[in-house]
Amino acid sequence: MDDTRKNIIQLIVIVVAATFLIKLFSIQVLDSKYAQAANSNIIHEVIEYPYRGLIYDRNGDLIVFNTPQYNLTVIPKDVKKIDTTKFCELFQITRQEFVEKLEMAKKFSYVQPSIFIKQLSNKDLAKVQDYLVDFQGFDIQARTTRSYASPVLANALGYVSEVSKRQLERDTIDYYRQGDYIGQSGLESFYEKQLRGKRGVHYVIKNVRGVEKGVFDEGKYDTLSVPGQNLVSTIDLTLQEYGESLMAGKSGSIVAIEPSSGEILSLVSGPSYDPNLLTGKDYSQNFSLISADTAKPLFNRPLMAQYRPGSIFKIIQALVALQEGVITRQTYIPCIMVPMKCHYHGPGETLIGAITNSCNPYFYNVMKRVVNRGISESPFEDTRLGLEGWNQHVKSFGLGSPLGIDLPNEKTGLVPSVAYYDRAYDNRPWKYSNIYSIAIGEGENLVVPIQMANFAAIVANRGYYYIPHLVKSIGDSGQPLPQYTEKHFTTVDSKYFDIAVEAMANVVESGTGQYRAKLKDIEVCGKTGTVQNDPMPDHSVFIAFAPKDNPKIAVSVYVEDAGQGARAAASIASLMIEKYLLGGTERPHIEEYVKKGEFLY
Amino acid sequence: MSGRDNITNNIDWLTVILFMSIAFLGWLNIFAAVYDESANQSIFDMTLNSGRQLFFMASSIILIIAIMVVDFKFYDTFAYIIYGVVIFLLILVVFVAREISGANSWLEIGPLRLQPSEFAKFATALAVAKYMDSAGFRMDRLSKQIVLFIIIGLPAILIIAQGDTGTALVYSVFVLVFFREGMSPMLLILGVAAAIIFVLTLLVPNHLYLYIGIAATAAVIILFIKKRTFKKIGLVLAGALIIAGVIRSVDYVISDVLRPHQQNRIKALINPDADPLGYGWNVTQSKIAIGSGGFAGKGFLKGTQTKFDFVPEQSTDFIFCTIGEEHGWFGSLLTISLFVTLILRIIYISERQKWRFARVYGYSVACIIFFHFAVNIGMTIGLFPVIGIPLPLFSYGGSSLWGFAILVFILLKLDSHRMQVLVR
Repeated sequence: MDDTRKNIIQLIVIVVAATFLIKLFSIQVLDSKYAQAANSNIIHEVIEYPYRGLIYDRNGDLIVFNTPQYNLTVIPKDVKKIDTTKFCELFQITRQEFVEKLEMAKKFSYVQPSIFIKQLSNKDLAKVQDYLVDFQGFDIQARTTRSYASPVLANALGYVSEVSKRQLERDTIDYYRQGDYIGQSGLESFYEKQLRGKRGVHYVIKNVRGVEKGVFDEGKYDTLSVPGQNLVSTIDLTLQEYGESLMAGKSGSIVAIEPSSGEILSLVSGPSYDPNLLTGKDYSQNFSLISADTAKPLFNRPLMAQYRPGSIFKIIQALVALQEGVITRQTYIPCIMVPMKCHYHGPGETLIGAITNSCNPYFYNVMKRVVNRGISESPFEDTRLGLEGWNQHVKSFGLGSPLGIDLPNEKTGLVPSVAYYDRAYDNRPWKYSNIYSIAIGEGENLVVPIQMANFAAIVANRGYYYIPHLVKSIGDSGQPLPQYTEKHFTTVDSKYFDIAVEAMANVVESGTGQYRAKLKDIEVCGKTGTVQNDPMPDHSVFIAFAPKDNPKIAVSVYVEDAGQGARAAASIASLMIEKYLLGGTERPHIEEYVKKGEFLY
Repeated sequence: MSGRDNITNNIDWLTVILFMSIAFLGWLNIFAAVYDESANQSIFDMTLNSGRQLFFMASSIILIIAIMVVDFKFYDTFAYIIYGVVIFLLILVVFVAREISGANSWLEIGPLRLQPSEFAKFATALAVAKYMDSAGFRMDRLSKQIVLFIIIGLPAILIIAQGDTGTALVYSVFVLVFFREGMSPMLLILGVAAAIIFVLTLLVPNHLYLYIGIAATAAVIILFIKKRTFKKIGLVLAGALIIAGVIRSVDYVISDVLRPHQQNRIKALINPDADPLGYGWNVTQSKIAIGSGGFAGKGFLKGTQTKFDFVPEQSTDFIFCTIGEEHGWFGSLLTISLFVTLILRIIYISERQKWRFARVYGYSVACIIFFHFAVNIGMTIGLFPVIGIPLPLFSYGGSSLWGFAILVFILLKLDSHRMQVLVR
């Protein structure tokens, strides 16, 4: 027999072997995708989430801390033959939810874990932990969420939630990843960079069942997580809680500042919500409830509500006029009820009496003297020149622009300027007789409560202020942000403030504040304001500081739709002062009066 | 000259060395396939596959010595009896069997667990050789061919009955042996053609193109026939019709004859990426393991895909993944070269036999090893569907190792006596 058939068989063997070697060469040497696939098979990225910084109050009590929360994660690749019915029963989801969630996870990645059920509580965790071994591919991932020691200060603290799609898009340095938490408002947002810390990553090797088999490449690529910095807040938690209890059921705000430092002692916004509602599993459900609430509990009134300043503005008018030298302490102006009406007091007043009794015609004349100096022949031009100077003075009190507090969304208020009136009158001429309602704090003026509290602090300091702020120490520095250690002076000399102080002391001693703001042992200086709010009842406003010498606390209180400033606001302000300086009130009837909340007769 | 000296002098030492080398490399890779660095394991640990494989290797040496000392005429004389015994065992297995991974192919005799199907190969080879060596045998006689196909078909059917289709497919390789011994190449060509058409049918979703292709081919053939007789044209047309019929039947075969897991294996071959976590998993992971080896591999015991269980059956059917991953293309080249050398050497040995019995038997050994080699490595790199048959001498398993030892060393025994036989 010839060799043909033998050769054919040998050829078949060699051809097959050669085919194998060529195929092997192509997948082993030429194609690198298999090597990558092998790595992604075994290398798993384990993210170590940093501990978010804590927030303490000024006395070292915790306000915000972290509690562990557990997410159920899933790696779709590893999900095999699980008892879906049992699973759904255990986690209380429907079969359809199960399928949908799994599809979502698959869309994200087959091999990377994604969150299947968010934020199981400790109780839930205990319930399911023992069964978890039956559900291959599912795992528990520990994260921390925010907890709040007390159900107060919600709007100032803000809340933390998962980073949104839009935030991810705007995050140009790619710090955040889907599923990360980010401060969404308040301090959590303002100090996000300090609080968030740094994410750590380590790479581990896992076998096909997800059992860890060691670290990848001796941990060469691993990074440690760095915890966020703790913040010491300026808030006095006890005072804050007290303030919120006083504001309960009312709309308005309380701002208390330590004048000598600008540190905010309490920042009450009413109505508010329990910050613990916006954390944990029910976040989204609660958030939609809270944001749909018509009382707007998410509206941070101390910073965002703009009101006309009312009578309180008369003190500023007096200070500006004194500085400009157009009046003196002794300047007497008769109360002729023209062009403005007035309350029933004497036939005329000198400066202190005019402030104490809140005389409207007096301050009509004071501002007229400031604005119309006769520099120009034309009353129009003269008013323009005068208003320009007036505007500069008033703005130096921190009005008309954001103060720069360490919270987002601070409103500016409004100090009318020449340009403002030009716009308002569409460039037709205007003069003092057109704008005089701003003389008594009505008209176009707008302030926010924090600015008024800051104004009380300015008077308390006799002419300067520190920007109000909520954080006095970041991390271990013991220091606030640098801008909060800088003194800001007004354009009014210190000596004129003594007159304002005296007048404010008088208001409490013998004026509108005497019934509800006067304290036995502490000399309180204050000023009532009643902000017109047609057709609703007026807003009740009071600013105060105490004690008169070496003041420790400056307060502004706004209570909406509560009538005269001497009632609701003055009561609350004085109670806050008592609480802060004495630890409690000696006038339980005032406290009761406030809590009852019937201020309109 | 004593019998013992005769054996050692005339034995084909090259084959023995190749055999031992492959078994030794297999043993190292069986260890590497499941090696766990943290467990501080030893290759001799009897709780590991590698420890047990060493025991199998040692016991096969006893088996080999036994084969060598038995008179060489024994295998010829008792060929049918051995075949009969093995067929009996296979029937026995169908009734009293231990199920392992879906196939009932294990027989327990005391502490020993055997897979008779592994021994059926050499028995069948002996029977085929004996029958072809019998007086009056003519390859071109249809009746003789039928008997041959019964000899190889019987064990195959019994093994299919056990649920081990993969091992049964091995018997198809005897067609190569028959071809060597003078059978018309038509069967071989038809087989290959059918396979090509089958695969084409799966690859080309629109069968219309295939029909057009067949019609065009038939037309061209008719055009080039020198003497266009009615009979020849009719033959070509009939052939074309039959092929078209095969195409029509593929869908039926796939969905109705094959069982679901077999359908999936074919689907995985055509497109493993369609369901990489389902039926494509084995092929995908096997290719990842081998493909990640690069040119030189990750190093002995440094592989990750096999020992972390991404590759299934990594000590047995997918043992080649360990070579590919840890020793790269270079290791694959070495392994494949060893097998090719062994197969070609056995063919060479077969060809030098004057006795037809020994030659047919030798070709059977070469072809059986070749079939295992081709299908096993082919499936790990995605060129064949996943058919669970071991890589000879390499994969973990006692029955398999013993089976191949018997196969090869009976041939070496026969070969060592080749000078003593007279040409019939």
